Amino acid sequence: MSLDKKQIEHIALLARLKLSDEEYAESVEKLSKIVDFVAQLSQADTTGVVPMAHPFDAAQRLRPDVVTETVERDRYQENAAAVSDGLYLVPKVLD
Amino acid sequence: MALHLQTLTELAAGLANREFTSVELTEVLLARIAEHNDTLNTFVTVTTDAALAAAARADDALAAGKGGVLNGLPIIHKDIFCTRGIKTSCGSKMLDNFISPYDATVVERMAAAGAVILGKSNMDEFAMGSSNETSYIGPVRNPWNLECSPGGSSGGSSAAVAARIAPAATGTDTGGSIRQPAALTGTVGIKPTYGRVSRYGMIAFASSLDQAGVITRSAEDAARLLGVMAGFDERDSTSIDKPVPDYVASLGDSIKGLRVGIVRQHFDQGLDDECGARVKDAIAVLESLGATTVEVDLPNLDLSVPTYYVVAPAECSSNLSRFDGVRFGHRAENAVDLLDLYCRSRGEGFGDEVKRRIMTGTYVLSAGYYDAYYLKAQKVRQLIADDFKNAFADVDVIAGPTTPTPAFKLGEKVDDPILMYLNDIYTIGANLAGLPAMSVPCGFVDDLPVGLHLVGAHFAEATLLRCAHQYQQQTDWHTACPAAFR
Amino acid sequence: MSSAAAKSGWEVVIGLEVHAQLMTKSKIFSGASTAYGADPNTQACLVDLGYPGVLPVLNKEVVRMATVFGLAVNATVARRCVFARKNYFYPDLPKGYQISQFELPIVEHGELFITGADGKEKRIGITRAHLEEDAGKSIHEGLDANSGIDLNRAGIPLLEIVSEPDLRSAQEAVAYLRKIHTIVRYLGICDGNMQEGSFRCDANVSVRPLGQEELGMRAEIKNLNSFRFIEKAINFEVERQIDLLEDGGTVKQETRLYDSDKDETRPMRSKEEANDYRYFPDPDLLPVEISEEYIEAARATLPELPDAKRQRFLADYELKESDAAILTASRAVADYFEAVTAATGTKAQVAANWVIGELSGALNRDGLEIGASKISAAALAGLLNRIQDDTISGKIAKQVFEAMWDGDGSADDVIDAKGLKQITDTAAIEAVVDKVIAAHPDQVAEYRAGKDKLIGFFVGKVMQETKGQANPGQVNKILKDKLGG
Repeated sequence: MSLDKKQIEHIALLARLKLSDEEYAESVEKLSKIVDFVAQLSQADTTGVVPMAHPFDAAQRLRPDVVTETVERDRYQENAAAVSDGLYLVPKVLD
Repeated sequence: MALHLQTLTELAAGLANREFTSVELTEVLLARIAEHNDTLNTFVTVTTDAALAAAARADDALAAGKGGVLNGLPIIHKDIFCTRGIKTSCGSKMLDNFISPYDATVVERMAAAGAVILGKSNMDEFAMGSSNETSYIGPVRNPWNLECSPGGSSGGSSAAVAARIAPAATGTDTGGSIRQPAALTGTVGIKPTYGRVSRYGMIAFASSLDQAGVITRSAEDAARLLGVMAGFDERDSTSIDKPVPDYVASLGDSIKGLRVGIVRQHFDQGLDDECGARVKDAIAVLESLGATTVEVDLPNLDLSVPTYYVVAPAECSSNLSRFDGVRFGHRAENAVDLLDLYCRSRGEGFGDEVKRRIMTGTYVLSAGYYDAYYLKAQKVRQLIADDFKNAFADVDVIAGPTTPTPAFKLGEKVDDPILMYLNDIYTIGANLAGLPAMSVPCGFVDDLPVGLHLVGAHFAEATLLRCAHQYQQQTDWHTACPAAFR
Repeated sequence: MSSAAAKSGWEVVIGLEVHAQLMTKSKIFSGASTAYGADPNTQACLVDLGYPGVLPVLNKEVVRMATVFGLAVNATVARRCVFARKNYFYPDLPKGYQISQFELPIVEHGELFITGADGKEKRIGITRAHLEEDAGKSIHEGLDANSGIDLNRAGIPLLEIVSEPDLRSAQEAVAYLRKIHTIVRYLGICDGNMQEGSFRCDANVSVRPLGQEELGMRAEIKNLNSFRFIEKAINFEVERQIDLLEDGGTVKQETRLYDSDKDETRPMRSKEEANDYRYFPDPDLLPVEISEEYIEAARATLPELPDAKRQRFLADYELKESDAAILTASRAVADYFEAVTAATGTKAQVAANWVIGELSGALNRDGLEIGASKISAAALAGLLNRIQDDTISGKIAKQVFEAMWDGDGSADDVIDAKGLKQITDTAAIEAVVDKVIAAHPDQVAEYRAGKDKLIGFFVGKVMQETKGQANPGQVNKILKDKLGG
């Protein structure tokens, strides 16, 4: 296994995923397989190759600085589970 | 011919000639949904009332001598496209309660052209899967064999079109999610050039790979729909500002002299012999139409799957961070603190495969692994793109198999992610390089359809569609209908 | 205040990160308004809320603003820059990542000059300045066990300006900040309002034994929203670190919050977990390409910058060094001063005195910016001209100024209405002087016996009689003549 439970726990915390014990066991096994599988990339000779982030070698198009949005707070908040006076609610945040 | 058996092009002619109304057509198809959906599980949502209302409007428009190019034609949208006022679940429990407040550009454009939306099709959760088994409402079944997968992630779309429930459906393709299900269900699927169709309103899986397209019964239908969907959108920075050609107009042109590339590596180990034979037959048909074949080399083809399974999860891990239970989507009950709210909302809302990809992506981007995995994959991606670029110096299209095997049994690969991922070996390259590609039915193996895969250079959609259309003038594989759905 | 820097044997090393909110109309990646103070979440559109399926589109204006800033601090403006995602979960960060710049920022290798404690110019390096989106705001009061999230600020464009660790004291840090503050306002790219959070600062503070090359472990102090707090927070932190080290302890690398009520810094609880931001290029945004022509066109639009303006004020107007610095700290003040000077025949230093003295006092008193001054530059020039041509005395002018401020019209209006015109008629003044001399024989005797200082007494009496309107020079001369006689 190329990944152990401790690593999976760290990854799950970074990704904010709560996993059950079975899910942990399965993740150790399957993620290890995946990581081993993708590790074959190391065999490729990429000396001098520029990393490709986009399918095209194009430049960003820019938008004029104009206010175009009429915000509809109530409609947008219909999907939220907890709101109060227009604020989205979450358990108390520490600063 | 019964309405449900007609292609989009035939239906358009029938509507224009007043042979039937859009409401009549829509009622026929809604009845077919009612009849078959329990068996196939192709829909997340059926929008009966909205469909009938849209059909009535389309009939009025036609009577008034108005209406767009898709006026009155029923279609299905993959549930990954945001549809205003309609649930948009993306195949996930996370968004089971999500009513989109806006329309995706694709949805908007098709509606503006007069299309009637029958509903939202089932799909692999967040488009992550190749069998439709990761959907939170369960897998779609393949109309050719109910024990088989219709492919994924656009499996609901492909199965519905194959089963003659709808003449056409939208799909999205990140690593083969239009073409592979099209191949496994005997339908036509096209993924255009990256940037050709706007991604606005399409729930992101892997932003640098995602592209919208269609699943239809003929290349001609695909040309008709793509012309409506494609084009520049100022709301998508990666959308390409380039005129959209009339894809239908050039379909009739001959493919004499078309240079067809055959990739040696495609016919190496891994490809089912019978599938390979059907694909070679199809290439022979192209030759009989005057195309010439040229052997081309894609030396890094084997690396496309591992490259994809670094790049796509990396982008997905970040794209899916917005699902945190605060502004939309599933929210865990009685969270004790913020961390608990996040971890449980996401832990409960996402399925296994999605979690696995989020974790894979988190891992390959994390400190200490970024260079070895993510950066390396980006470099290999460049090598793969260069391979295609070199190949397209000598050929106009590359032809080969869409998948290594015909449809596989549900449950057969679901426990082995690597086995599942290798299903995408022939399709992934086009996503990594941003190239247009399509799958066209080219025969059967053990009563299951086989797909011919055509890949073009950037913006060569018209060439692909013409090649496929000319092939379909000589063959009738695309008209075959599964017996139970005639 | 006990200056921490005075503790011998230690060197203080400070680097600052300034977040300057760019004054665009719409957000950096969406068409939502950036206006301050709207009801919660009424200026958060689908893009700002991170809704599924939406995409960012970059605001052209932020590229221009970052470019002119880069040119103003003599930096390199990148021909190609890239947006990256900084991944972390926090409720005020709707997408779970912040769009920022990491490896290829828009501005690099800049510099500016401050005046050090020794009075000499000191160069401070600017490592980089990059574009990013602001986060929303968490509200903790009145919501019981919950916090409320307002995303109006999410997506507001920021320019994060990172200095080299070249600053050696809290005073230098403040001087640097004031300079940045002046520059961004000169350029018109940031309003500099610290109360509203449009100009914020984090300080990286460390100490090391004098002579040591290696940097000490640093703490990052957040929540610094006034120049005064920045100085106090840094001084507190320096002392804390030195005390810790002198007691044999070690400084922890951590994020600390400045509490202005208690005047102390304390560790931030939310930042205790080690972060792994997993930066990678944002696939939704292509690289931004900036042409040489674009950069040159931007350069042509640059206003005269504070340092150049100060030098010019010293040379052209022969002002006092400190006055030139005050007048050029704000472009609006400098412009006002120049408008006054241009419209009056009086000496520039006199105009400077009025702008820095009476005018600034009145503005402060009413809490106004110079742009909202109740006396225009032309009107103030009109007043100064009346002093210059002896219509009124400097003292009466202050009275006229107040009336003008209160809306009583131009200097001439006020002078006419109140009959404040200076008495310059020698005969009239002589009559008053004679009257005063006649009324104070004892003092006249004392003066003539050699008590010269009494001249002030007589001037005062004459001015009193004339309600301050007699020309003071003439009064003096006539008094001396008559008393001496």
